[in-house]
Amino acid sequence: MSDQARVPISSDSDIVMARQQGRAMAAQLGLSSTNQALVATAISELARNIVEYAGYGEIILELVQQGGRRGIVVIARDQGPGIPDIEKAMQDGFSTSQSLGLGLPGARRLMDDFEIVSQVGKGTTVTVKKWAR
Amino acid sequence: MQVPILKQGEFLIASIQSALTDTDLLQLRDNLVQRAGDWRARGVIIDVTVLDVMDSFACRTLRALAQMLKLRGAETVIVGVQPDVAFAMVQLGLSLEGVMTALDLEEGMALLQRQTQRGGHNVRSSARAH
Repeated sequence: MSDQARVPISSDSDIVMARQQGRAMAAQLGLSSTNQALVATAISELARNIVEYAGYGEIILELVQQGGRRGIVVIARDQGPGIPDIEKAMQDGFSTSQSLGLGLPGARRLMDDFEIVSQVGKGTTVTVKKWAR
Repeated sequence: MQVPILKQGEFLIASIQSALTDTDLLQLRDNLVQRAGDWRARGVIIDVTVLDVMDSFACRTLRALAQMLKLRGAETVIVGVQPDVAFAMVQLGLSLEGVMTALDLEEGMALLQRQTQRGGHNVRSSARAH
């Protein structure tokens, strides 16, 4: 298995594909099964955000080495409507769709690092990382 | 991926066999609500042992399913939530509040039997029924 994978996201079956691929790479990295589950669940939430808000986009998975530690990076990218108020979107329970509003804050809790860049009318990129201990 | 639904006396058992998409989950919900009526089931067990991810959509759908079945006069027990899945759910802030859970199929059957024997569907969930 390679150290990088790109999963196009446009339907609910792509969500399953992305999280399975992510879990496999987390296992390859040597993460515990608990951490594999956290990574897979975070990918599921991020991929669903893409389908719900942008319609389509991609999940990029990458195994990286940084300053002596190894980790998995998940990038969720879309060219959808963007998020006008990121702070609000990061609040638990905030959602403009029918979901629970756990997607972004949930993904942040599940992973070690979290970064979001969004521009209205241009799209959103969420980058999350989990490090092997 | 269709989820097979088995009839066992007054109970239905939905045994999930593989990862489910959102569409599969919604179909399971609709099928179970329909079948519970057709077969006059008093209880339904949903076995999620094979699921390695239960995200916000899955939890929301299962909670809705349990509430719909309740309105149709049947109790629902979710069985087989794996330890890693439980951990991820707690981290994510998800719960199956209002839905009975049990360790496995055997415990789930025993729980449903107790629930439905004590007369009616308004029996309070026991402490371990959460």
